[in-house]
Amino acid sequence: MKLAVLLALLAAPVAADTGQAIADHILPGYARFAAETAALHAVAGADCTPAALQAPYNSAFDAWMGVSHLRLGPAEQDSRTATIAFWPDERGATPRALADLIALSDPVIDTAEGVQSLSIAGRGLFALEFLLYDPAFADQTPYSCALIRALTADLAHMAAGINADWQGGYADLMLTAGAAGNITYLAGTEATQALFTALATGLEFTKDQRLGRPLGTFDRPRPNWAEAWRSGRSQRNVLLSLQALVALADALSDGETPLTDAAAVRAIGLAETLDDPILAGVADPQGRLRVEILQQAVQALRDAMVAELGAALGVSAGFNAADGD
Amino acid sequence: MTTRRGLLATLLAASAMPALTWADAGSPAFLAAAAEPDGAYALFGLSADGQDRFRIPLPTRGHAAAAHPTAPEAVAFARRPGTFALVIDCANGRVLHRLDSPAGRHFYGHGAFSGDGDLLFTTENDYGTGQGVIGIWQRSAAYRRIGERPSGGIGPHEVLRLPGSDMLVVANGGTLTHPDSDRTILNLATMQPNLAYLDPDGQIAEMLHLAPALHQNSIRHLAAGPGGQVAFALQWEGEAAQFPPLLGLHQRGQPPVLAMAPAAVHRRMDNYAGSVSLSGDGRKVAITSPRGGLVCIFGMDGTYAGMVERQDVCGIGPGPGGFVTTDGLGGILALRDGQLAPLALRPRAWDNHLVALT
Repeated sequence: MKLAVLLALLAAPVAADTGQAIADHILPGYARFAAETAALHAVAGADCTPAALQAPYNSAFDAWMGVSHLRLGPAEQDSRTATIAFWPDERGATPRALADLIALSDPVIDTAEGVQSLSIAGRGLFALEFLLYDPAFADQTPYSCALIRALTADLAHMAAGINADWQGGYADLMLTAGAAGNITYLAGTEATQALFTALATGLEFTKDQRLGRPLGTFDRPRPNWAEAWRSGRSQRNVLLSLQALVALADALSDGETPLTDAAAVRAIGLAETLDDPILAGVADPQGRLRVEILQQAVQALRDAMVAELGAALGVSAGFNAADGD
Repeated sequence: MTTRRGLLATLLAASAMPALTWADAGSPAFLAAAAEPDGAYALFGLSADGQDRFRIPLPTRGHAAAAHPTAPEAVAFARRPGTFALVIDCANGRVLHRLDSPAGRHFYGHGAFSGDGDLLFTTENDYGTGQGVIGIWQRSAAYRRIGERPSGGIGPHEVLRLPGSDMLVVANGGTLTHPDSDRTILNLATMQPNLAYLDPDGQIAEMLHLAPALHQNSIRHLAAGPGGQVAFALQWEGEAAQFPPLLGLHQRGQPPVLAMAPAAVHRRMDNYAGSVSLSGDGRKVAITSPRGGLVCIFGMDGTYAGMVERQDVCGIGPGPGGFVTTDGLGGILALRDGQLAPLALRPRAWDNHLVALT
């Protein structure tokens, strides 16, 4: 998203409820993720080479970034989110799981149930990233081709499942928060609270994980701990996550949130102009400073949103989640 | 018709009547601190089905409480680094005494009574030396402080008395803090949490350390079963991508069992368990994850038995055939057979712990 588009978005009148967030952000986001993963799987069926798959893979990952922060309900059922995006993985569980399958030509991948029985480290977007980008998996064999097809099918199946569950009941569950018999959302504010928590947690994830992990410490930066660096998506994921989170915030609130708006413009602007696609700059002082400034801007956005939007919505960051002992 | 003799007998009987028991307190089953919408803090007595029994205003945020073994009396503690505790008559919600930590000490927010109910033990930080202390207060002397003993480590957070004995078990969290720097951990690189068993003389009868690789896994909260089983909940202060176990089970003289949900569920806990409790029937143990909004349930052998989701859930205590949970949204829910069922919803944020009284 270009800055001008963002500014237009921020200036637009927005509605103040969960319904708006579901209709404008959540349902279209999951529909898009389901469509893009289905397209990826369709291409894989015809041609499983990286050359053919990298573009639809990136489209699917882009779609995931639009919804990855919605860690509730259908996205958490059967550990779908953790399976779709098994990261961070500093111990290398993903390449190990894939190498084991390939070494044995394990026929477990021949059925959907077999794939579902695999370690979650060996499934999802990050497993596919290894198969499509990492030199260690560059030599394609009939088995590795079958593995790519199996994993794209599995990914599309999970995406379709989340999409169907949202449309087939979970949206209604949120919209009837507080109604008799709704034992998930006991009060009207609880659905808002859940989305507000997803918002705050999403910003924290980008700050602490997407930016914080490669930053490591000054003495020991960790450029190889950047998210999705193999596919060159690290900076892009930061940007797309911020855009998705701002879109969710806009859908949730129609109140004036000048501090949030200013912080959003600043953070997204910095993410757009960082010019460090895989955050390799964390290893040199100047590049590191730029990533740190972006990280501080994300923190400022999180703080502004929690204060301003929280007040507007009548909710706050989880009392116990934010401050336990 | 009451005869003179009958009346006399009644009077005599009344004077010889035993002290009030928990049954006389309108049977509050739990205590829980809360933050109220106007920013005030209070302590609530709750019935087994989640109804309010009493409300006591607190000057600052509360944490946990210690229930007297027989009398309907409990001691509620301020949150770390608080310096006060309130002795509460749970029959009527009145404050009987206020305890102030001695100079140079603060409370950690938990305490326990001796088996006969005459001594109260409190976890404290001697922040001049950084050593953990168990303070001793005598109920029959109007809760005068009569002594103290080393806790066996740094940062003693929760203390429990093992049921049916006078053995104390202490979760020495290992984290060195000083009230001048609030809750900043000053010894992250060298922290050494332990689980210490203290006999009635204050001697350390047994001490459990986790493996060296887990030295940053702070042992924080405790639950105990009638057979001497101790469940401990952990808070990982180390490298965030490690996701070590957050529940331990221990029986004296044996190695601990560390329990974990499957990776995808376990990671959602975000390296932090808020509270731990055994189920009402003693057959299950559960830890809460306010960060992940879920409760993970295990068998007493550490076998994973499932999880339920509830936003900002943190307090947990035993309930009939299962558990009762409280959360920051004001919910009080029964957890039985792997299902949550709401008991009540209150306009307040329940704080970290739900303390079972009987």
